[in-house]
Amino acid sequence: MNLTLKVWRQKNTNTEGNFENYDVQGISEDMSFLEMFDVLNERLINDGKEPIAFDHDCREGICGMCSMYINGSPHGPNRGVTTCQLHMRSFKSGDTITVEPWRAAAFPVIKDLTVNRSSFDRIISAGGFVSVNTGNAQDANALPIAKEKADEAFAAAACIGCGACVAACKNASAMLFTSAKISQLALLPQGQAEREMRAEKMVAQMDIEGFGACTNTGACEAECPKGISLENIARMNREYFGAVLSSKEHE
Amino acid sequence: MSWVTKTLSSSLGRKLIMAVTGLSLVAFLLVHCGINACIFLNDGGETFNEAAEFMAKNFFIRAAEIGLFAGLILHIVDGLMLWSANKKKRPVQYAVVSKENSTWYSRSMGLLGTLLLLFLVMHLKHFWVVSRFTDVITGGQKTLFQEMQEVFASPIPVIVYVVGCISLAYHLLHGVQSAFQSIGWNHPKYTPFVKAFGSWFAIIIPVVFAAMPIAMHLGLIK
Repeated sequence: MNLTLKVWRQKNTNTEGNFENYDVQGISEDMSFLEMFDVLNERLINDGKEPIAFDHDCREGICGMCSMYINGSPHGPNRGVTTCQLHMRSFKSGDTITVEPWRAAAFPVIKDLTVNRSSFDRIISAGGFVSVNTGNAQDANALPIAKEKADEAFAAAACIGCGACVAACKNASAMLFTSAKISQLALLPQGQAEREMRAEKMVAQMDIEGFGACTNTGACEAECPKGISLENIARMNREYFGAVLSSKEHE
Repeated sequence: MSWVTKTLSSSLGRKLIMAVTGLSLVAFLLVHCGINACIFLNDGGETFNEAAEFMAKNFFIRAAEIGLFAGLILHIVDGLMLWSANKKKRPVQYAVVSKENSTWYSRSMGLLGTLLLLFLVMHLKHFWVVSRFTDVITGGQKTLFQEMQEVFASPIPVIVYVVGCISLAYHLLHGVQSAFQSIGWNHPKYTPFVKAFGSWFAIIIPVVFAAMPIAMHLGLIK
């Protein structure tokens, strides 16, 4: 396959970026999108040019690092996949493919296609944890959990924190991410100790980081590689309003 | 900042304000549409004029009208604040944006709302100002039904009203079910009903409203 790539190049956070065009030849349709970038980068290095910086780690769809906005969609045109799981057979030879970084005030560009997603880490550390006593792990069956609850919590926990929801949202909102992280713990007995504080603090941190509000367009759910449901955002709303109405902490 | 202001000024709280004020406007639309639909009885506006007079003179209705305007203004101001805040969350725009992941009207609530507001200014001037602040109706010079006939005799208001109703339909098509999501009402048992209710409401109410100026202009209602 022969393709034309229109790739965002940006030296660092403080400089302005621009698109550059690259022609790539002899790409196999069995290659992943990232492998196609590897081929291009090897050529750039051999030519003595600066390779394109992009995030990647596991290359099997579970780490959430590969964050390319391809032809107007996070992780490209296919649904339910990350960029590493996107294969070149999804394109035609001769196509021009536009590749951009995630665009959000809360995700500043580090270089080229890599963005700083530590705002997600700070939302997690604001309340996305459980207190566990030290000592031996207790017997798994000592905590009865309904199958339906366990399934729902697991579905929310499937979030890999890739940021596609933010990238897809017209408001660059992190509601799907934050709500999944609140839900996975709120649904389980282990998460009850910090339940009220968690919803309040994580939502507050999400606002501080500069993510937008939710318009319920559903773009995040449609683009999420892990199929995280909008039901989680409704649950977060309930958790948050329930917490502020009942918690005894107030200024 | 008190916990109340802190909550209502958070991103979730602002959406709660949009949802609650929006749903109260939905309730108002139902009453407004029901009363106006009396003109379809084709009794020379007798029933409609009676209902309109009750709405204009009843103390509780007039008190609720103040609440309605407060809710409307809050809905507009909060909507504009959300719109301008959300716009700043993506300082550098994408060069290419796929539009397949959401409906155009869910992304255009601000635009549809602005169209509705423009329509509303004209609409209030036509009927609300005339009936509440002049003695044209109360003084018995003409009935509200006759006022409707006069306004809709020329085609321009009819077109504006139909465009207003189309904006209303799309605004409601997303807004009604979105309001339930914002207050946290999403449940496998009830959400299919909420979505169906929202869609039917968004079709029926604007169609009935749009039928009024059209029918009057064509002289089907006398």
